[in-house]
This record gives sequence, C-alpha cells and structure tokens, in this order.
Amino acid sequence: MSLVKDATGAPSLAGESSVRPAAHKRRGRRENLSGYLFLSPWLAGFLLLTAGPMIASLYYAFTNYNLFAPPQWIGFDNFTAMFEDPRWQKSVQVTLKYVVIGTPLKLLLALGVALLLNQSRRGQGLYRAAFYAPSLIGASVSVGFVWRAIFSDNAVVDKGLGAIGLNLGGWIGDPDLIIYSLVALTVWQFGAPMVIFLAGLKQVPRELYEAAAVDGAGPLRRFWNITLPMISPVLFFNVLLESIHSFQIFGSAYVVSNTFCGPADATLVYTCYLYQKGFQQSQMGFASAMAWMLLLAVALVTAVLFWSQKKWVHYEEGAK
Amino acid sequence: MTTVTEQVRTAVQPRKRTGSIVWHVFALAVLCVVLYPVVWVIGAAFKPGKAIVGSLDLFPAEPVLDNLKGLADGIAGISIGTFFLNSLFYAGMAVVGVVISSSLTAYAFAKISFRGRNLLFALMIGTLLLPYHVLLIPQYVMFQKLELINTYVPLLAGKFLATEAFFVFLMVQFMRGLPRELDEAAKLDGCGHLRTYWSIVLPLTRPALITSAIFTFINAWNDFMGPLIYLNEPSKYTVSLGLMMFRDQQGISDYGGQIAMAMVALIPVIAFFMAFQRYLIDGMATSGLK
Repeated sequence: MSLVKDATGAPSLAGESSVRPAAHKRRGRRENLSGYLFLSPWLAGFLLLTAGPMIASLYYAFTNYNLFAPPQWIGFDNFTAMFEDPRWQKSVQVTLKYVVIGTPLKLLLALGVALLLNQSRRGQGLYRAAFYAPSLIGASVSVGFVWRAIFSDNAVVDKGLGAIGLNLGGWIGDPDLIIYSLVALTVWQFGAPMVIFLAGLKQVPRELYEAAAVDGAGPLRRFWNITLPMISPVLFFNVLLESIHSFQIFGSAYVVSNTFCGPADATLVYTCYLYQKGFQQSQMGFASAMAWMLLLAVALVTAVLFWSQKKWVHYEEGAK
Repeated sequence: MTTVTEQVRTAVQPRKRTGSIVWHVFALAVLCVVLYPVVWVIGAAFKPGKAIVGSLDLFPAEPVLDNLKGLADGIAGISIGTFFLNSLFYAGMAVVGVVISSSLTAYAFAKISFRGRNLLFALMIGTLLLPYHVLLIPQYVMFQKLELINTYVPLLAGKFLATEAFFVFLMVQFMRGLPRELDEAAKLDGCGHLRTYWSIVLPLTRPALITSAIFTFINAWNDFMGPLIYLNEPSKYTVSLGLMMFRDQQGISDYGGQIAMAMVALIPVIAFFMAFQRYLIDGMATSGLK
C-alpha cells in the first residue's frame, strides 16, 4: 500500500492499481475530517482569539470607543491625533532607541560568546546553561526590582563606574541614562540567541575549515568567508525574532521605571503608552490605532529583512 | 620521524595550554557578569533594608532574616502563599492547556494530509510574528462582554486553544522527524488517527512536550501583562502582581521586603531550570534551525 498524496491532500494513485478511485475518495474525505477534528481547538483559537480580534481592532482604530458607549466612526482622526501627540512621538523615539541599540548589542554578544563556547573545552555545557539562565528570568518582575536596585544612585553600577572615573550617578533617576538600564537588561538576556547561534555553528562542516587552513586562510578570513555565510540563516532568524520581540517590550519598562514612563517620559515605551491610553484612559480607539501602527512597523521590519535576505543569507542548496 | 612528531607536539602543547587558559578566563569573566544579579539578589535578601542599595558586599557579614520574616505578614491581609498558589494554578493549567491543544494541532499538521493544510500552516506560522498588542483590546472587550474579567479564563483560553504557535511549531518539527514507518504500520494495523496520536506519536514526542511544558510554566509564572489587565482583586493576584502591590505598599525605596519576595519568586523558575536545562536549551536550539 503506498498512497502518495499531493499538496492539497487529495490522494493520487501510485502503483497500486487494485485500489479503486471511489475508495480513494472516501479515504481522502476521512483524512480531511480527521484533520479538521484534530485542528478544531487551534481553528477555534485562530478565529476567536486571533483573526476576529484583528478585524475588530482594525475597526476600533477608526472609532471613538471608551468601552461604555458603542464605538463611533471617526475616520482617520485617531491616526492624525496620534501623529500630532508629542507623547506618542516620544514613545516611538524611546522604543526605536531601545530596539536599535539593544538588539545589535545583544546579538553581537550572543554571537561572540557562541564562537567562544563552540570550541570544545571542559565545562562548555555548564557555561552554556549558565549563560542561558537570564533569558528565562529576565522578563520577570523580580529581575525588574533587582535592576532598579543595582542601577540606583550609589548602588553597584554607580560605584563601579565611579571607581574607573566615570561619575554618572544613578541611571534610574537620570532621564538620559535610564533607557540604557533597559538596554543592559535585554543585552543581559543574550543567552537565548546564543544557544541558537551555537546550534548553527555546530552544523558548519569541519572540512570547510580544514580546506581553508590548508589554503592558508587566517582565523579572520575563515570567520568572514566560512562561518558567517554558513550561519547566515540562523543570524537571519535571530535578527528577525529579537527585533520583533524588542518592539514589544512592556513588563521590564513598567517595573524598572515604576511610574511607567520614568523621569521626563524617558522610558515611555510604545506598549506602555498603549496601555495607558487603552486601560487607564479608556481610549480604546486610539489604543487600537496605536496597536495597528505597531503591527505595521513590525510587518515593515519583517518585509525588509525578508527582502534583504537574498543579498546576505546563504541557504545551502539541496540539504544533505 | 618520531623526533619530528615529538618536536611538533612539544611546540603545540604549550600553545594549546595558554589558549585554554585564555578561553577559561574569558568564559569565567562573562559568567561573573551574567550571574552577578542572581547572586546579588540572594545576598541582598539577607541584608538590612537600608544597606541593600549602598552596600558593595555580595553577602552581608551579618545576615538578617527581617526581610524574609516580614513576608510572613503578607500584604494588605493577604498571605504571600495566596499569590504563590494563584501563580501555581495559572502556570499549571497553562501547561495542561498548551500540551493538549498544541500536540493535537501539531499532529494534524505533521501527520494528516487534509485539504488546506499548507495554507493553514502558513497562517499558524504567521501568528508567530504577530504582535500580541493588536489582539489585546478586542480580546479585553470580548471577555468583558462575557463577564469574565477578574477570572483566569481570559489568561487560559489561548493556552487551551493552541494560540501559542511557537510550541505547535516545535512539536510539528519533532513529529515530522519521527520515522514514517511507525504510523504507517499503525495504519495497517487498523489504528485510527486518535489511536496513532495517543499511543504512538504522543509518547515519542515526549522531549518536545517537556520542553513546551517547562517554557509554558515559566512564561506563565513570569507573565505580568496578562494578570495586570485581567485580574483586579488582590486575592486573585499572581506573584507578579503581588510583587508590584508589595512595592506600592512598602514604598518604592524600601528594598528590604521587595527584594526578599523577589528572591523567593525566582526560586521556582531557577529550580525548574536546573532540573530541566537540557530540555530547554535543546528545544530552543532546534527551533532556530529549520
């Protein structure tokens, strides 16, 4: 019995001429039925919790809606009000700063440490586990408290930097510096992308390095011409996921700054402003418009990354 | 010949050894920075409240138990244990929901060829990249109309309906890697999909199920935004909200109590991690590869 099925799930005949078409049809229908039965929780979730809400929030974005009175259509007013709102502009600035500084730093550190750990030495597995741990606890309220404490005036970071002649004061109370405490928090969680880099590095065939060494290529050349192209799919994955993720920072900013926004709105990240608008000021329409702008930004980043991957991501043809 | 190899060996070995020392020095330096905040919070929980921020000692010369004892009083008449039980309930139910619903979904995508599979799979992957905030407000409106605010239903509904695409994806990858002969043999023996799923595929998918379960537990334990939006009665608060309430009550600059509670709240996550780190890291690693 070998039933080969095409992409649409319709069975097609392969070799076994004894099976009648009617039996095939019945079989295919049964498969369809089982498929959708197994899929029913996901389908319900997709329709009720994802697709439906997406359409609803697109509609709310064009309305004035305070949760108590029915939504009123106001066209593009939420969007024009948003673009003119100085706090919205500030939240975009703050978030971009966080993403643009934090994500590359985090990924550079992740790649650097992955290269270090990729050399097989004693204790490698232990280091890998320890470096990964912050990724699991980094988003918790507990770590937010710790961060606030160690970046305060006169605390460890302040005194440590003072000892090498950098008297910056506490970062938490400083409108110019508090955002960097959040950057430090995300960079501290470099373990998750590091683990993915490591897995990618393990897949690079050793023969390539040996051949390059025979040709006299130094470590830098080998990294640039072999390692980097070979792990570019993994790099792409990490850049995509980490940047999309950073756009959505919420908990850490809320906890570390305490008042949501920090001194002079210095940590008013996008989602915190969205929360304030929606859940504290009951401006659900405005907040939905903000959410759709975030979706567009994320979609744009995704599209640009996918478009650019032709230029720099190297996929091996015909996997072994 | 032998002398030549010997020469090479003696030339190589010291270089290897210094290389190894440099490697360990680097790795240890990174380790110190990475683990510092974790070790710090343990030490700080035993420092007198006023000394927490200013003191540079990792561990106090004379440990005090006041901070931890203070936790026994609870917050606003609610014992700390309540928050932990609430979090345990939330995280435990989330695990049950995710494991059941995601494995059913993954089985459909990996093992059944039904019409429209490719399109639905693409949609499922698409939700991986969708920012949750787009769904936040309409979901809130919906749950409010259903009068489910201040219950755990809004927090758990998605877990039972397989909306956590990452775990579905992880399980699909794993199930696709299982030898086809197994489910073909099952089919020949007259097993329907439900039997095949339950007695063959599910037991073999155990590593992916464990990875998903632990991640789900930890994510729910750390979850802050969900409880913040949906729970508004302190006796229903999870640990995350309890911590915030604790800080609001004690004052933000009174670090004694909040750091002690922060440390206690981290214990379950760290214990889980130590017990299952292999599953977590291997699960993460495979997610990025295909």
